[in-house]
Order: sequence, then structure tokens, then C-alpha cells
Amino acid sequence: MSKTNDIEELTRIANELRIDIIEMLHKSGSGHPGGSLSAIDILTALYFSRMSHSPGSTNDSDHDIFILSKGHAAPAVYAALAKSGYFDKSHLGTLRQIDSILSGHPYSQSTPGIEVTTGSLGQGLSMANGIAIARKLDRRSSRVFCMMGDGEIQEGQIWEAAMTSAHYKLDNVVGILDNNGLQIDGFCHDIMSLEPIGDKWRAFGWEVIEINGHDMSQILDSLDEALTIKYKPTLIWAHTVKGKGVSFMENVAKYHGTTPTDEELQRALLELTASGN
Amino acid sequence: MSKKENLSLRDAYGETLVELGGENPHVVVLDADLSGSTRTSKFAKKFPDRFFNIGIAEADMMSTAAGLAVAGKIPFASTFAVFASGRAWDQVRQSICFSKLNVKIVASHGGITVGEDGPTHHAMEDLALMRVMPNLTVIVPVDAVETASAIRVMAQTNGPMYLRTAREKFPVLYDKGEKFNIGKGKELKNGSDVAIIACGLMVSVALEAAEQLEQDGISTAVINMSTIKPIDSELILRVAATTGSIVTAEEHSIVGGLGSAVAEVVCENEPVAAVVRVGMKAQLAQSGKPKELLELYGMNKSSIVGAAHRAIALKREPAHKSGSSS
Repeated sequence: MSKTNDIEELTRIANELRIDIIEMLHKSGSGHPGGSLSAIDILTALYFSRMSHSPGSTNDSDHDIFILSKGHAAPAVYAALAKSGYFDKSHLGTLRQIDSILSGHPYSQSTPGIEVTTGSLGQGLSMANGIAIARKLDRRSSRVFCMMGDGEIQEGQIWEAAMTSAHYKLDNVVGILDNNGLQIDGFCHDIMSLEPIGDKWRAFGWEVIEINGHDMSQILDSLDEALTIKYKPTLIWAHTVKGKGVSFMENVAKYHGTTPTDEELQRALLELTASGN
Repeated sequence: MSKKENLSLRDAYGETLVELGGENPHVVVLDADLSGSTRTSKFAKKFPDRFFNIGIAEADMMSTAAGLAVAGKIPFASTFAVFASGRAWDQVRQSICFSKLNVKIVASHGGITVGEDGPTHHAMEDLALMRVMPNLTVIVPVDAVETASAIRVMAQTNGPMYLRTAREKFPVLYDKGEKFNIGKGKELKNGSDVAIIACGLMVSVALEAAEQLEQDGISTAVINMSTIKPIDSELILRVAATTGSIVTAEEHSIVGGLGSAVAEVVCENEPVAAVVRVGMKAQLAQSGKPKELLELYGMNKSSIVGAAHRAIALKREPAHKSGSSS
């Protein structure tokens, strides 16, 4: 589908994708709604506005690449890929089933539009660096976007990769931190403190842009601003709400990996349909 | 086979990398602060723009290599075998192997001949750890000549691969230009009583053992099994059928490496053949000179000779004798 800069249109698409996420997770009966819903506004801005990509030519080095390092939010990417035309929307109903092209976590060998395999956390930023280095060798100006979870940055490899991005001055790497504040066992600040997040990334040599990850115009502006940062990588530090858009899932750790019941599905759809109007 | 000089496998790797760098602009090299030891430093000097030292961060190096492969490069990633296989196991698994990416992991300092650095740096589990990986080819070259050929084949063949070199120089068994084929073992010597299937340094030890066995009237075959995965089942089954007695020899734990791979093939196809494994049986070694350690932990000529006698005895006395009293 064609790209748009229209905030209302992008907001409408994000809402539509939220419905897709909830429906596919209800059908599959397993998966991760919370982190999918916190990420979907940013994904919408990437796939339907700012990212250069095309279902027909995924190997084109002039195209941007998106890496979902927090692989458990796969349903959000699947919804964006289906709407972008990488595969038919009917596949969304097969999530996590035998012979489906949609694995529980992103698997490059089965899903069109998924470039790398993620799920075991902490590996995406390193892979983004590798692609970014290759793009520079090939003198291409395309970018690599890598979305990480806030819980995920407890993985040591993220900081190894953060050093590498800065050392090699990878200004074509845009890290996006989906800072929804929760991880499986509870609030991040109770499990393993992450703050001061911005200072940490800045100390590692990154430019940090702090935004509200559900404010579409802030998301678009940050992606544009990242383009202007030269000789260092940029982190878009996005404050988000886990489960965003479905009131009873918002900020509830349980919905990291619990799918909606029949009754919850109806409640969620009512809310999302109402906000889409 | 006449005695020849000893040459370094890692030197052969470093020199071949430089040749490849000149031939193919897509060849890139990564290291994790061991480029002098792994010999990627030669490539770094010649092609600084295509060399990436990732620092002491093996996990990051493997996933970065994966990204380079996604973007069409042919990355060679090097560090010591303990770190490549152990420290970065999950990154090799998920970032590289799951996606069948064209990453070439060349790990130096394989086995116990790392020597004085001690058991933390002895790679006695790398073949087991890498053999279980999905989609990964695992290669243990026998000498510098085979290393150079294998590195060339790796660069030309798509898919994830692991190759183990060594700190020590190994006796040269092949003439320059010897062809390497992935998945093909080579029978260096024929024999009908027992077959020694070995890899890496243990091949030349096996040849010495075979000489002694022949003097004792035992006809001994010696096979260089330089690809551990995919293993050459056809060759294994052929010698299993002709000799009925197999000895495996590797500079690695007897668990999970070449010996296990051979035993798996024999057990499921030619179960009458005996398989006796020579390799590291102790849980951990200690610091020492390479030669001393090989002797102390039974990766030597006398162990192979003893194993051959045992394999022959096992063949002659099947465990499932019928009519035995209880």
C-alpha cells in the first residue's frame, strides 16, 4: 500500500493493526499482546510512512530494513507486513500453527519480509550493525531500524552492540527502544533497574531522541531527525504503554504473554472499534 | 607416507584469506581482539576497510557477521575455538544457523594442543557444540594444505560453516593443490582388519599407529574424516563392512564429536561393527606442553594401537552370544 504523512490516516491504520493483533492472538491462544500493542504505533509510522521498503524486492540494498530484536512482538510486525502486501492477510489467522508461515517469533526462513531470526533476546542490534556496515561498504544510504524492548536491554550483548554501532560511526542505524516499563516478571525497575536509560546510551556514544511512542507526530519527527544525525547512531527512546489501546491490558504484566479470552476479545474489539471511529 | 615438515593451519588460513580478499570484494573479516593469534591480522593489514575488530565481544561479533551476510557479504569470523563455540553458541544458533546465513566461522586454538594456557582455553567440546547446530557444516582440516583448500571451498559454497584450526603446527600430509570436498572423507591407507577414522592432528598419529599395527600383522585402514558434519556415512559404512572394527581418534572429548558421529552411523546401519573411541576421556585437563598433554590424556599412538586391538577383540566376541548361561 502507498505511504502517507497524514497523522489521522496513520492513527487509523495503527488502530486497524491493533485489531489484527488482538484477533490473531485470540485465535492462536498463545503469544504476546502487551509488547505488540506498545510497539504498533511506531511500526505503523515505519511501514506506512517513513521506511523505504517493498514486498517485491526485499534484497534491494537501497531499501531500509527493520529488525524486531524484541522478537516476541512478532504479531505486530506480521500485521504490518500483511497490510503492506508481503503476504495475504488470511495468514494472520494461522499464527503459531503447524505449517503456518507465521512462527511464534520472527523466523527469516518462513516469513516474507522477515530478514533475520530473533526471539532469543539481545541479538538484533548486532545484526543491524552488520547490515549497516555492509550498506556503508556498498555506499548505500538506506537505513536499518532495530526495535528493542526495555527489558531486553538487560542483555549484555545489547551493550556490546551499542559500542560497535558508535565505534564504527553507524549513523545508518536507528535503534528504537520500546520503553513500556514491564517485563515478564513485573516492572523493569523492580526486576533490574535500567535507569538512567538516556544517559547510558549517550555515554555509549549515541544520540538520544526521547519521545512519546504513541504520539504519531512525535514518532515521525524523531525518524526524520535521526536522518540528520551524522557520524553516530541514534536511539529513539520511546516511552510507551504495554498493552496500549486495550484498557484492561494496559500496564498489566500478565498480558506480556497471555492472550485474550473470548469475552476479553469482545471487550477489546469494542474499545478498538470505538476509538477507530 | 614419508615424514614431511610441520606447517601452521592458522597461517594457511590467514594467507588464503588475503588471496580471497583480492579475488572477491564481498569477503569481509571479523575478529574479537585475537587477530594476531587467529592470523586474520594479515587480511586486516591488506584490506583495512573490510576488516572489523569487534573487540572482546564474541557474541556481538557472531551476530554482526550474520548481519553482514544478510546484506550479501561473505563474512569470515574468527576467535579461539572455545569462545566461538561456547561463548557465542546462542548467537551462532539463532543469528547465523537458523537463517542459514553465509557466515564462515574459523576458530583457531582447537583442542588440547593449546597447551600451557590450560583447560579454560582448551577446546575439547567445540565439535560437539557445533555439530548439534542446525544447518552448520563442521570441518576439521588435517594440515595446512587442506586448510587452504577448505577455506577456498567455504568461500565458494553458500551456507553457515565452522572450521577449526590450531595453535600448533601440524605435519603436512597432502601435496599442494589437494582438493577438498565438503562431506567427503579420504582413505589415506587401505586395510582389512581395522579402520582408524580420525580428524585433525590425530590423523598423522593414526598413520603412525597404523605402521605399528601393520608390523604386528594387523591390516589397518586410515581415514581422514575432515568433515564432521555432514559426516561421510557412505565411507564409514564401507569400512565398517570390510573391517568390522573401527577406531575413532580426535583431539576432542569422546562425547559428541567425531567418535559419536561415527558411532551413530554404525549403530543405526552396520551394528555388527565395533567402534572404540580415542579422545579426551577426562573431564578437564591441566596446563602443560601440547605433546605432554596429548600423552597424558591418551590422544597418542599407544592409545590408538590399544583401541585397535580392543575393536578387533570386540568384533570377534560379539556381546550378544547366544546360549550363554545366566
